Amino acid sequence: MMQSQGTETEAQVAAIIEELKGLEGPLLPILHGVQEEFGYVPTEALPVIAEALNLSKAEVHGVVTFYHDYRSQPAGRHVLKLCQAEACQSMGSDAIAAQVKTALGVDFHQTAADGSVTLEPVYCLGLCACAPAAMLDGEVIGRLDADTIAEIAAEVRT
Amino acid sequence: MPEGTSVMRASMEAGIQIPKLCATDMVDAFGSCRLCLVEIEGRNGTPSSCTTPVAPGMVVHTQTGRLKDIRRGVMELYISDHPLDCLTCAANGDCELQDMAGAVGLRDVRYGYEGDNHVFAKDRTDGADNFRWMPKDESNPYFTYDPSKCIVCSRCVRACEEVQGTFALTIEGRGFESRVSPGMHQDFLSSECVSCGACVQACPTATLTEKSVIEIGQPEHSVVTTCAYCGVGCSFKAEMRGDELVRMVPWKDGKANRGHSCVKGRFAWGYATHKERILNPMVREKITDPWREVSWEEAFAHIASEFRRIQYQYGRGSIGGITSSRCTNEETYIVQKLIRQGFGNNNVDTCARVCHSPTGYGLGQTYGTSAGTQDFDSVEHSDVIMVIGANPSAAHPVFASRMKKRIRQGAKLIVLDPRVTETVDSVHAKATHHLPLRPGTNVAVVTALAHVIVTEGLFNEAFIRERCDWSEFEDYASFVADESNSPEVVGKLAGVDPETIRAAARLYATGGNGAIYYGLGVTEHSQGSTTVMGIANLAMLTGNIGRPGVGVNPLRGQNNVQGSCDMGSFPHELPGYRHVSGDAVRDIYEALWGVKLDNEPGLRIPNMLDAAVEGSFKGIYIQGEDILQSDPDTKHVSAGLAAMECVVVHDLFLNETANYAHVFLPGSTFLEKDGTFTNAERRINRVRKVMAPRNGYADWEVTQKLAQAMGLDWNYTHPSQIMDEIATTTPSFQNVSYALLDEKGSVQWPCNEKAPEGTPIMHVGGFVRGKGKFIRTEYVATDEKTGPRFPLLLTTGRILSQYNVGAQTRRTENVIWHDQDVLEIHPHDAEQRGVRDGDWVRLTSRAGETTLRAQITDRVSPGVVYTTFHHPDTQANVITTDFSDWATNCPEYKVTAVQVGPSNGPSEWQEEYEELSRQSRRIAGRLEAAE
Repeated sequence: MMQSQGTETEAQVAAIIEELKGLEGPLLPILHGVQEEFGYVPTEALPVIAEALNLSKAEVHGVVTFYHDYRSQPAGRHVLKLCQAEACQSMGSDAIAAQVKTALGVDFHQTAADGSVTLEPVYCLGLCACAPAAMLDGEVIGRLDADTIAEIAAEVRT
Repeated sequence: MPEGTSVMRASMEAGIQIPKLCATDMVDAFGSCRLCLVEIEGRNGTPSSCTTPVAPGMVVHTQTGRLKDIRRGVMELYISDHPLDCLTCAANGDCELQDMAGAVGLRDVRYGYEGDNHVFAKDRTDGADNFRWMPKDESNPYFTYDPSKCIVCSRCVRACEEVQGTFALTIEGRGFESRVSPGMHQDFLSSECVSCGACVQACPTATLTEKSVIEIGQPEHSVVTTCAYCGVGCSFKAEMRGDELVRMVPWKDGKANRGHSCVKGRFAWGYATHKERILNPMVREKITDPWREVSWEEAFAHIASEFRRIQYQYGRGSIGGITSSRCTNEETYIVQKLIRQGFGNNNVDTCARVCHSPTGYGLGQTYGTSAGTQDFDSVEHSDVIMVIGANPSAAHPVFASRMKKRIRQGAKLIVLDPRVTETVDSVHAKATHHLPLRPGTNVAVVTALAHVIVTEGLFNEAFIRERCDWSEFEDYASFVADESNSPEVVGKLAGVDPETIRAAARLYATGGNGAIYYGLGVTEHSQGSTTVMGIANLAMLTGNIGRPGVGVNPLRGQNNVQGSCDMGSFPHELPGYRHVSGDAVRDIYEALWGVKLDNEPGLRIPNMLDAAVEGSFKGIYIQGEDILQSDPDTKHVSAGLAAMECVVVHDLFLNETANYAHVFLPGSTFLEKDGTFTNAERRINRVRKVMAPRNGYADWEVTQKLAQAMGLDWNYTHPSQIMDEIATTTPSFQNVSYALLDEKGSVQWPCNEKAPEGTPIMHVGGFVRGKGKFIRTEYVATDEKTGPRFPLLLTTGRILSQYNVGAQTRRTENVIWHDQDVLEIHPHDAEQRGVRDGDWVRLTSRAGETTLRAQITDRVSPGVVYTTFHHPDTQANVITTDFSDWATNCPEYKVTAVQVGPSNGPSEWQEEYEELSRQSRRIAGRLEAAE
């Protein structure tokens, strides 16, 4: 094991680990904490987490890549998640998605060139009664239509 | 059927096959492939048979129309993302996917290959790059990973976790994106992978395939044999195509390894056909001459005449020999027989002198046998495992895997080691207590553990009263209870927190079955024998002897170092550890061999070298050992060898010792001969010939021909006859025969009337010597002390990919992991000396100096530096000193006072030695039609 100088990122990650490692099953909370801090999970955080929790790097990598919520790149200033699960699909989420993509100029898993917004599919927000549904920066939005899409587009551009 | 047996296993045992892909008996059931589904009467659905336990009265249908449709449908999905290149695939004929496609009657893949897939690099319709496709990973020297053939059954990931315990693999992503990933989306070589081969073994397709299989093709026959690397003694199936070895596959029924392997045994056998292997005997007058190839007859005649001349001129005791712990029991036995019967003296020694001779002495004194007390299976019953001066993760990897499996099940681990080794902080198997003691303080720390056990009343009085001598215990207890042996006093001199010592002692004494495993970090000290006795005391104190899960277990280094010791390789002992002064023992051999045997012990290796320098020891036969590189104080070894008149080296390669040889006899590899190896658990394993000796003769035949040239009437036609002689003359081997070994697979000695099928665990019900003997273990600091000139302590060790002096592993692809010895140094010590990571540094002791690259790490403590001894151009043993164990002369490799400083290049010794090697390895006269 090399004695690494320890980058600033590693130091920040170490602080998050220190705070949360006492929890039962601390890996997911730590990853959430890291994502909250950096906006994504930097690759260099993984070995630090692995060592602290006595896990292998592969195991941490497996968990991080399993959950789409953990990102490897910083997101845009806003994150819009469009539900693409069955109930929303039956209420026309495909068409809604196409409109959103046009309105924002991005495809799924992409961030707008100006960094304003990242668009992601999501599979069920538990809002089936108000399908098609979306979530913008953690706030759910129901019954999407052309008007709400326009509102969303306006909001992310500000 | 035992409770918990799966429907799949019950069915298979009843002779009813169920199709499967993700199930293998290497790992736990997983239930992911959905091919092994069955229908159970009275239950809904189609549960997977691998994860469903059988129950009384259960009626299971394994073949129904419904199951057939489901299985075909599942298989069709698998094949829709798998290339259809069976005819040109390396796994053709050994592919479970292929077999299962046949078993379920797959005839058509309706989905086509136009959609999303991992199979093709380019889109089939528009030729665009397929972002899902991943190129073949060929970074590992021994196997390839082809993601396009992967069905994501997770068998490799589970094998890495459950069998090997490294957790180097994972499944990244989810759903259709799922792929096997070494490390963090890395290639195999740069990941944490240790190349044990378990994943390759587990893979049901060609996704993970040995490169040798890709090159040669599928094997057509196989032979079960025993690995020739470390003392674990793994059983392997040597899979052959004609005379060519295709691959070594760990054998499931092998009792030492239970189907597991490490990178050395599994893959590093290429040295057998390496171009540097010498295949013809060679002779030269002076060691400055080039070699001249000669016929075997000429070589034997030359040695016989030289040895007889030397004895005539300098006396009977002026020649001797060294047996090899790499060779078989039979070969070792006849080398010592040649010396005792033919040379007429007891000048025989073996490399155990420099590794585990203190084990033989210490355990012999305390328990009455010179060997470990357990079998390897025992670790599965341990609750607390104490590892002292050993790093099984690197040096005994298959045992380490079995140990870590037990730790993951909840057993606790205590490690005494100056370094933070791989064993200390393994993933999911971290040590509960690590005692990073200063090199040379073992005795003090082990006695401090006993202090805690005695003074806190944690000893097992009933056991001691029954199995040991109570008055000896009382004497020992009063000794250890002294304040000078308390953790508080010892902790200061050993650099260990006293509370950690106390906690470790309490855990070992009270945590359930306590087992101790130890290595050369215990023995290779000036008080090596004392530490062994201290360890034996700990086990007696706590009653941890004589049942599964406990015991005292030396991890033997060489494949047959236990055997070479058993076979009478020591100058004072005849086979079976019987002293040469015993008239009754000598009578047995004198009657059989028809000669008078010397009743005085002969010379040990260091004494032979001393005598050579003094001029009274002139000739030596060295079988399979490289004393120049492996023994301490290289300059003294070379002076001794250079002073001799006839040095005979019998080896695979022109090793370092051969630079000083007059005769070179080519040796055979373990693949080329029959015999037996005895591993660290006293298990006698068969070595079976898988190919003809490339040099013409197995090593036992070479020794026999030499004996015949010296006038001995030897007529063995097969090693089994040598084993019969051993069994006839050695009580602990009385029942051993090749017939028994073939029947049982292996047996553990003692194997005699009392234990006709061998003895897995020793000292059950009582000690071999009668009462267990407590011996005081007074700590005497080594004379090797740091001071202003040499302020650091050097300790040495091994690495996973290389084996000892590296004669074999350096001639394999294993060099990719370790191509040079490096010096580990703490950042603090490095900074003081202006040393940066990767710098050339000069390492100096009072014995000599060498240069190598520095690696800055906090695995070593401040004040301690560490290196390995695998490479002759480093020659770590130029540095080590002539201090040795007080009882056995085992060298003190583990403690040398040194200084480290920046360097510009090789030391004077390294330059001189390189020139000497170059000169000495010239071969002038070649025989025609070699080989």
